[in-house]
Amino acid sequence: MKNGFWIFLAVFVALGGSWCGFVLAPELQLGGAKQTIILNSSDVYPVGRPGEANQGLSVYRANGCAACHTEQVRQTGIACDVTLTDAGKNPEAVTNLISSLALTNLTKEDADKAVDKITAAGAKAEIHIVATGPDIARGWGMRQSVAEDYLYGQPVQLGSLRAGPDLANIGVRAPDANWQLVHLYAPSSVVKGSTMPPFRYLFEVRKAGAMPSPDALQFPKEFASPAGYEVVPKPEAVELAAYLLSLRATVPLYSAPIAP
Amino acid sequence: MIVNEKSDNNIGGASVPVPHCGISGLAPPIDASLRVPLLALFGGAALWLVLGSVLGLMASIKFHAPDFPAHCPWLTYGRVQAAADDALLYGFCIPAGLGVALWLFAQLGQAPLRGAMVPVVAAKLWHLGVLVGLAGILSGNSTGFAWLEFPRAGSVILFFAYLLLALWAMMNFAARRERALYPSHWFLVAALFWFPWIYSTANLFLVAWPVRGVVQAIIGWWFAGNLLFVWLALAGIGTAFYFLPKFSGCPLQSYYLALFAFWTLILFGTWCGIPPGAPVPAWMPVLSSFAAVLTVVPVLAVATIAWQTLCGSINCEPRGGPFCFIRFGLMSFGLSSLMLIAMACPRISRVTEFTWFGPAQTQLQLYGFFAMTMFGAIYYLLPRAVGFELPFPKLARAQFWISTAGVVLLVLPLAIGGVEQGMKLDNFNIAFMDATKAMLPFLRTSTIGLLLILLGNSLFALNLFAMTFVWEKSLVKKAFAVVTAPLEKPSASASLRRDRAEAGGEGGEVKV
Repeated sequence: MKNGFWIFLAVFVALGGSWCGFVLAPELQLGGAKQTIILNSSDVYPVGRPGEANQGLSVYRANGCAACHTEQVRQTGIACDVTLTDAGKNPEAVTNLISSLALTNLTKEDADKAVDKITAAGAKAEIHIVATGPDIARGWGMRQSVAEDYLYGQPVQLGSLRAGPDLANIGVRAPDANWQLVHLYAPSSVVKGSTMPPFRYLFEVRKAGAMPSPDALQFPKEFASPAGYEVVPKPEAVELAAYLLSLRATVPLYSAPIAP
Repeated sequence: MIVNEKSDNNIGGASVPVPHCGISGLAPPIDASLRVPLLALFGGAALWLVLGSVLGLMASIKFHAPDFPAHCPWLTYGRVQAAADDALLYGFCIPAGLGVALWLFAQLGQAPLRGAMVPVVAAKLWHLGVLVGLAGILSGNSTGFAWLEFPRAGSVILFFAYLLLALWAMMNFAARRERALYPSHWFLVAALFWFPWIYSTANLFLVAWPVRGVVQAIIGWWFAGNLLFVWLALAGIGTAFYFLPKFSGCPLQSYYLALFAFWTLILFGTWCGIPPGAPVPAWMPVLSSFAAVLTVVPVLAVATIAWQTLCGSINCEPRGGPFCFIRFGLMSFGLSSLMLIAMACPRISRVTEFTWFGPAQTQLQLYGFFAMTMFGAIYYLLPRAVGFELPFPKLARAQFWISTAGVVLLVLPLAIGGVEQGMKLDNFNIAFMDATKAMLPFLRTSTIGLLLILLGNSLFALNLFAMTFVWEKSLVKKAFAVVTAPLEKPSASASLRRDRAEAGGEGGEVKV
């Protein structure tokens, strides 16, 4: 390479190639994505977040929550579970048969065999497809996260570190707004040994007065605020809690089929 | 080609006399022309370096006391951690790399920097952009994308400041007197060109006119991979390739291997960054992992070049501080690249993903490799450019050991703890809280590493600011001498003028 032109050309080709591959091509493939149909249903997914939850996403972004929390569930594979739906005319024989069979975490062939045996005994059984993997076993989700889940994120907050637990389905795991707010105000009051920093600046501590605020936090007994005082969430805290409650990605999709 | 190769080797080789490093405050014209821009770039960079390590330390303290300032939104973990990372990358690494590139272009091209005011203005503008960006993050206006947190106002300033600096560096590159190109040229020209492209792409598609859904994450990964791995590797390795022959006294081994390393680095490195298992169409992580595995080729090539160049050393002259920094930087480059490649393999990634192994890799790359290489380069070139010896050479040597210990104590606990955390997370019978708690001793150890890094950075800044002060004092002295020079002796004033001319026209005009 004797002159600047050749360096420039080499760099242009290399960088341009990766730009086409990881900027242009993903945009062409996914940039026009629309809502999809939920499997075995006519409903569409995802639906846009209500305004308050959308505001909450910007509180989430502003405070850098994604520094410690991911919003993506991984699965390592799928397995079949067999469940009995009808014991038939000879329940005792079926019970004995079932106790001798493995019914969870099977491959498709084994599940088919088990169903055949149960059907031969005069009972009826169904196969459920479930996702497997440590994240699923921890109850962080029912299936892996897929591109469809993030259609309305602005910005998309996937995160890259689990200093705290995954939040892709926190709205399913902790659907109580008061719990979310108490957790934001004093994490260790509801999660023993939590290392999350408290977000007290999102709340206001004030004298309860004659008319206590209906929005005041309800603490667990041993953490109750001193008599005559109450902790009231500021709008940012309410929005953030609404956003957290909106995080739920449980429906089966074509790209992540499950049949629970 | 052969002729070319010879002359290439000469530029970086021992045959070029090391510019005299006068204690008299005089520097040769090429060095002297760079003095003010370099002080502007490095001075601000040193400031951000110290500030960034203070912020990093504050973020780390949260693992000892999560309640530590819980009432102050500016100091919440998510903001402080992002600000610390960006202060190191945008505040120190990029301006330091640009300054070193300017100096290398002037040295390799044997031409003094022309129009030194432009890079000075660009440097001031760049540091203003970092200030605006950091204030934006701490006040809650971050964009929410990793390594691109600076809000719009900050990133626009950064972009134009970079453009100005890069254009000026390219004009000086084009105006070089020594026409033959040295391998460092390729790496540095590529780095100059790389940043505006990736930075404008990321800002346009993520911040200005955001794309929809998960494409944001893909572009974010592409940007972060290209900036943290490719840009830093280009600027850092380009610098190291200039200094290695200087220290070993033997030409770079070899020209063709360097060319091979350059090509494979920009061909494969640019595709790294999308983690296996990401919620995107499967072809992207597969392609990215494949490219990451191939990136082992340029890493091995760089290692071979460094090994052979240093082992072919014929003279054993004292290599001193700068050499130690650059050698440590190169070793960190190899190790951090191997960590990056390991994290792209699906089997390993299953354990290390989402753990502290990732931040350990990033810190080793940013600080262990790039910042250390820059320290070495700056300690070498600054005395030559300013024309004074380092005010505290002992502190520079101390900084090497302190920073090395800091990097080891920061990266090693996080990497080991990250693997343990990952194995615990992979076993669902272990509660999440237990996996997190097992990480705490490692995180608390890494605080010591951050403390040492802060100390090392302060020593660097001290040397730099003291040198700036000494130079400014000498300017004042000179000006004073000129003003108070007796007018009635024309011969004395003529000799003074001759002295000025020899000094490269520095220190103000003499008007009689």
